[in-house]
Amino acid sequence: MIRDVSLIWQNADRLLDGLTNTVILSLVGATLALVFGALVAIALMASNRAVRLTSRGLVDLMRCVPFLMLVYLVYYGLPRLGLRFDSWTAGLVAIVIYNTAYMAEIIRGIWSRLERETIEAGIAFGFHGWKLVARIVMPQIFLAAAPMIGNQLIQIIKDTAFLTIIAVPELTHAANSIQAQYFIPFATFLSAVLLYWALCMVVELGVFVVERIAEKRR
Amino acid sequence: MTFNAFLSLLHGAGVTVSVSMAGIALGVPFGLVLALLRWRRVPLLAPLTTVYVSLLRSTPAVTLCLLIFFALPVIGIEIDALSAAIATLALNTAAFNCEIWRSGLTSFPREQVEAARTFGMSGTLIFRRIIFPQLWRTCLPALVNEMTLLIKSSTAIAVIGVAEITRAAIRIGAQTYDPLPPMLVATGIYVVLVLVFVGIQRLTERLYGQAGGAR
Repeated sequence: MIRDVSLIWQNADRLLDGLTNTVILSLVGATLALVFGALVAIALMASNRAVRLTSRGLVDLMRCVPFLMLVYLVYYGLPRLGLRFDSWTAGLVAIVIYNTAYMAEIIRGIWSRLERETIEAGIAFGFHGWKLVARIVMPQIFLAAAPMIGNQLIQIIKDTAFLTIIAVPELTHAANSIQAQYFIPFATFLSAVLLYWALCMVVELGVFVVERIAEKRR
Repeated sequence: MTFNAFLSLLHGAGVTVSVSMAGIALGVPFGLVLALLRWRRVPLLAPLTTVYVSLLRSTPAVTLCLLIFFALPVIGIEIDALSAAIATLALNTAAFNCEIWRSGLTSFPREQVEAARTFGMSGTLIFRRIIFPQLWRTCLPALVNEMTLLIKSSTAIAVIGVAEITRAAIRIGAQTYDPLPPMLVATGIYVVLVLVFVGIQRLTERLYGQAGGAR
């Protein structure tokens, strides 16, 4: 057991490289998904019936598909249509497409429950256009959505583990390659699990801080 | 894509459904046991349960699957891929089910328990005759929702070579050098499976949605 731990320690840089990749993929993926999700949320709230029903259908369809299936479709399926990505980019593209649907649903939920009074008060105080959106609407949506966005971020972190199957060098992939080299599966995968746990704790802590700020601003 | 390829995808669907069902059948009662341990604040076991739930909820199914499949034989427990797959899904879903059962237990009306105690019912009798018949009805919609998520995360077991839908689609794609058709069919099968569960969830919500609490 002590030999296992010291082997892990010697290969800590490989695990940390994997962890860095997991963090970058999750953060970049979540940010892009949030931006696209906000755009799709506008389509979900559109007054035009055709736009609303089409976007609703696409979002619902995406939420029925397992993440790994989408990864395969992007990595092996899209080259047939002339779009070829390396595994890292394919993983990121899959994360963004998949989570755009979930983020759109989160934002739409908050948006439809947003009180009109604050927006009207903002208009009365002379806010309009972009300034109204940036200073009055968006802060409310994101402060209220923080717990759900945090949950989704945890889901994204866990989903990045699927990318080991298309050989993206993330945390699970790093752990798997170390265990294959030294045959110490228990210690390596346990280290990976503990690192995922720590990562999710950090996200939960972040959500807690944002909730405190939201509470103060009420 | 040939008819045989389609048949092997359907066979994969059968594996996905049966492994998921086995995971649910083990995970739902195990989650209830964990929830009861926390609810009754059993010394030593309750804090352990808290750690278990927190840890398992942040562990990716793929990583858990690899851990179980590769690590258990090292400490002397021989396990085949199918059992490892079922264990992965059961252990993973139990952590989420624990939270569902627990929220049902904490919102259970206290008066009913006190009334039952006044009538001289024992703890286990109260649970069996008063709490559980109402508890499962309030928890069912959330439990079915978790089952839908389990179907989607069951793709993780492809990583240790269990021949479920995803694995079958990959194999057909590799044999025919044309991965797109089997993958689209596989995706279609998943959509149908998930929609069936969403339908069951809507049904349970209609049947028992408002039936919780004192009635």
